[in-house]
Amino acid sequence: MVSETLLRTRGLSKTYGRGEGLVRAVDEVDLEVSAGETVAVMGPSGCGKSTLLHLLGGLERPTAGEIGLAGQRVDRLTERALAGLRRTAIGFVFQAFHLVDELTARENVELPALLAGQSPRAAKRQAVDLLERVGLGDRAGFLPAALSGGQRQRVAIARALSNDPLVVLADEPTGNLDSAATLEVLRLFDRLHAAGQTLVIVTHDSRVAATADRLISMRDGAFVDETRMSGGTRGNLGALAGLEG
Amino acid sequence: MQDVVLAMLAKEPSHGYELRARLRDALGPVGEAMNAGQIYVTLGRLEKAGLVSAEREPGLPDRPDRKVYAVTAAGQQRLAGWLTDVSWPGPASAEFHLKLAAAAAGGLADPLGIVDAQRRELLRLLRDTQRAAMAEPEGSSAGLLLEGVVLRLQADLRWLEACEQHWAARKREDRW
Repeated sequence: MVSETLLRTRGLSKTYGRGEGLVRAVDEVDLEVSAGETVAVMGPSGCGKSTLLHLLGGLERPTAGEIGLAGQRVDRLTERALAGLRRTAIGFVFQAFHLVDELTARENVELPALLAGQSPRAAKRQAVDLLERVGLGDRAGFLPAALSGGQRQRVAIARALSNDPLVVLADEPTGNLDSAATLEVLRLFDRLHAAGQTLVIVTHDSRVAATADRLISMRDGAFVDETRMSGGTRGNLGALAGLEG
Repeated sequence: MQDVVLAMLAKEPSHGYELRARLRDALGPVGEAMNAGQIYVTLGRLEKAGLVSAEREPGLPDRPDRKVYAVTAAGQQRLAGWLTDVSWPGPASAEFHLKLAAAAAGGLADPLGIVDAQRRELLRLLRDTQRAAMAEPEGSSAGLLLEGVVLRLQADLRWLEACEQHWAARKREDRW
């Protein structure tokens, strides 16, 4: 597989406060994500993983260090250019879905395309396509309140894909979902991965982490372990489920 | 396994291959590694113990796969006991716990390294199980079994996290 680096950080840091109260939320993180790769970042709450995701997506500014996305230095962009980048190159998925309650599923998915300057007609057509892709073509006219948790998150994922982003950043995407809905979202991520979408997911859900190509463990703002999820195991499903040989 | 086969026979007397098909349906991908002959070995043991009776169909050779098996009265009694039995096989926590303690105490290995290796193995098992679960159609009973395996692996991974925190703290305090 050709692995071209899409997203890269060097010495990325974010600190809050000063002196005695200084908190190193993200502490000199070096990260490289290849195009088409799914990377999961795991760690206990407060380890800095959400802050890292916000830095990668330009929602917060780093205190120090570099962020490069497809060769462009994100950390050097003006506010205006950064806002443009967030709208067109990055898709966000949040734990609490962040859908607009008063808008239908289709209208929610249309929003980013309209903000990026597409015509209403093109935005609508694209939203319908995206909802088909996430398996919700028949729910386009539903308000979020009429959808299940798993369906709402799938609408949010469709919205994240709206401007064909370089990378999708997901913050605890299954944090509010039950087991069956988690499976729905994992199936969808798997399909996106197969289609070549680059994904960075921060999570404490080991199910999500286990489906990534690479798993990074984070503690106290820094990366402490990395696992490539390739390779087999010595166990078998039968033994695992308690079937005697 | 004996109790399971007995329970599957309770509905009606059956051939071994019918039982095998029922097991396959219920287990899905989990049952893939099961040996085809295993059901006949189990039926043979149950017959010897007087828990099932086996009737050869007239005119057919005396082979296990030609017999129709049925639950006996003793078998019914055993089944009733099995259905109300609440014993629950736990994971092998004690052995792993002692492995870490012994590794630290004897200076045999770094407990944190052992935890890391174990976590990798469990994550891969979780990935494989998750993949099998994602491939099951919605509402399949084999999917439900896979969910049980997934939930247990998740619990084990959380315990490994606790092990890691404990031994990392020990390491910092230099108390191995």
